[in-house]
Amino acid sequence: MLLSGADIVVRTLIDQGCDVVFGYPGGQILNVYDSLYKYQNELTHVLAAHEQGAAHAADGYARVTGRPGVVIATSGPGATNLVTGIATAFMDSVPMVAITGNVPSTQVGTDSFQEIDITGVTLPITKHNYFVSDVRELQDTIREAFELAMSGRPGPVLIDVPKDIQIAKCEYEPKAPVVTEERKAAKEIRIRQAAEIINKAQRPFIYFGGGAITSDAADEIIALADKLDAPMGCSFMGLSAIPTAHPRFLGMQGMHGHYASSMGMHRSDCIIALGNRFNDRVTGNKAKFAKGAQIVQIDVDGAELGKNIPVAVGLRGDLKKTLEALLPLIEEKTNPDWQSELAGFKKEEIEALDQRQGLTPRRAILALNRFLGPNTPVSTDVGQHQMWAGQYTELKTKRRFISSGGLGTMGFGMGASIGAAFGTRERSVLVTGDGSFGMTLQEMATAVSYKVPLVIFLMNNGVLGMVRQWQTLFYDQHYSNTILDRKTDFVQLARAFGADGAKASTLEELEDALQQAFSTDGPFLIDCAIDKDEFVLPMLPPGGSMDDIITRIGD
Amino acid sequence: MEFFNVAVLVKNKYGVLNRVTSMFRRRQFNIVSLNVSETETPEFSRITVKAEGDVSEKQQLINQLYKLPDVKSIKELAEDAILSEVLLIKIQNDPAYRGEVLDAASAFGAKPVDYNHDAIVLQLTETSRKIDDFISFLQAYNIMEICRSGVVSLERGESVLRVNSYL
Repeated sequence: MLLSGADIVVRTLIDQGCDVVFGYPGGQILNVYDSLYKYQNELTHVLAAHEQGAAHAADGYARVTGRPGVVIATSGPGATNLVTGIATAFMDSVPMVAITGNVPSTQVGTDSFQEIDITGVTLPITKHNYFVSDVRELQDTIREAFELAMSGRPGPVLIDVPKDIQIAKCEYEPKAPVVTEERKAAKEIRIRQAAEIINKAQRPFIYFGGGAITSDAADEIIALADKLDAPMGCSFMGLSAIPTAHPRFLGMQGMHGHYASSMGMHRSDCIIALGNRFNDRVTGNKAKFAKGAQIVQIDVDGAELGKNIPVAVGLRGDLKKTLEALLPLIEEKTNPDWQSELAGFKKEEIEALDQRQGLTPRRAILALNRFLGPNTPVSTDVGQHQMWAGQYTELKTKRRFISSGGLGTMGFGMGASIGAAFGTRERSVLVTGDGSFGMTLQEMATAVSYKVPLVIFLMNNGVLGMVRQWQTLFYDQHYSNTILDRKTDFVQLARAFGADGAKASTLEELEDALQQAFSTDGPFLIDCAIDKDEFVLPMLPPGGSMDDIITRIGD
Repeated sequence: MEFFNVAVLVKNKYGVLNRVTSMFRRRQFNIVSLNVSETETPEFSRITVKAEGDVSEKQQLINQLYKLPDVKSIKELAEDAILSEVLLIKIQNDPAYRGEVLDAASAFGAKPVDYNHDAIVLQLTETSRKIDDFISFLQAYNIMEICRSGVVSLERGESVLRVNSYL
């Protein structure tokens, strides 16, 4: 059948199995929006308040479903407003397809109204991008974009479609959704080399990352831990890959990682790194990082092997399949000495645990935990609340912890939690701070318009807490521009948007507010008062090693 | 800091050079010379880059280049590869040293490609090293302008750069 480029865009998305896309219309994408109108019974478009919110929503949708999130925006500012969202997805390896309109081909390069070279702008933050110059290539380009977004290490892909290409017509035949090339296991020789090293280990440590979620490798990772009698820790991005309550799981690593987890990895003689990149937040001072350990690293992206930390053996391949092949070569063992050393670290961690009563950050998250269903997606913004959520949220199901780990994007949470709600059809929870929330709170309007069941758990301390923490520790308490002390009444604000909310300044009030929030149909904001001088602990100082870890303040 | 040469086989379409050189920029490698040309297969072109940078980062650069969908193969060129460059050099045609310049040209195997009362243009196809030597010798005279092509290279023997299924 003869279709316009705009129709082809929408039809191809439908053929790919998309059920919902996020976006914001504008002059140079009008034709696509006309097609969205035409096909509205087959494809839902969610109108955000700002393109950045739409991009984060597509990201949140992708993280909870594992399928590419789709975002649509117009040229110029519409396209540049996507940039933070695309970069966030890029850093966390999230599959996303961004479609932007552009000025007609004949005007490209003339600085016409709302023209921007978005393929140039997004070059370093996409896996690949396309400028479509022929309507006959449009369908295959979109299909290729979906394939690229999902294949290997996932990531965002952008397609820029000039207006004349949206208008031009060509023959269109529906095609079955693209099948992503299967990820293969690593080479057999590497698997044997890895097994040899792992079998010699006396203090093995399993450290998994976001790749464990992408590859759906939880069962294999746990099987490996059981066979080796090894503890497990994860990067921030690995959270939710396995249930946090698993007895072998010591918690996340990183600048604010769990003490026992970080000490365990530090003391290990063999780190088995699964789908992560040894980010600087995890290693601290690289020269002092886990000096006694041989490292075995498995990653689907060969460029990650040994990139940040030298490894004894690097295995390029799909995590699940590589572990399946590795497991039979692993000798079953017990490590009583190692386990008792780990038990010591756990005891130290518990002793240092914040046991204060009242509305402390830990008690606040623990209160929230009691309301979370097994499938509730918990999104966060960026800052202290994010680390508290990472430390204390009880996660039972994979793809249910949604947070900007790599880029650390304040303002990510509102869009992401809306996208997570559309992806799961569950009540969605956002843990945020007053700083982050202030950046993208206009998406409250989106949540209200679409009656999104969204609990906004606002940990309000009136300051930019994480930066303040650094200023306290490393900048002589010069609180430069981190005291917000704004007069915003967040509950009134929620009501102004058409939502509801409640204040909580004690644990009892928090219980009541949570009760109300989790029984409300639409969005509900809890303005939870947190003291401005709360710290996220433990803390591995930047560039420090485990010898420098701060577990208590004021000792 | 070290110099190295890589040949990159890429899709022959607009924007690809930008994607490739952008990867050098992001990792702070200085491109010393660059050549792009079509190949025996019209759908591919060959980018030959001589770059300067931290050698420990070089493998990472190559790994990242491989991840670009438009990149089909990469080879770091060994020292014994055939590496060749073209130099055009314009020297003032001064009777006082004209003979010396032409003697040097013939010693290096350069040929005059333009000759008039004001200037001589010499052309030399050689390794970068020989070209450097030639320029350095001519520094004694009045060099008006220099243009170099960037290195082109092929490996010795039957080894060729073909589409590599790295991923």
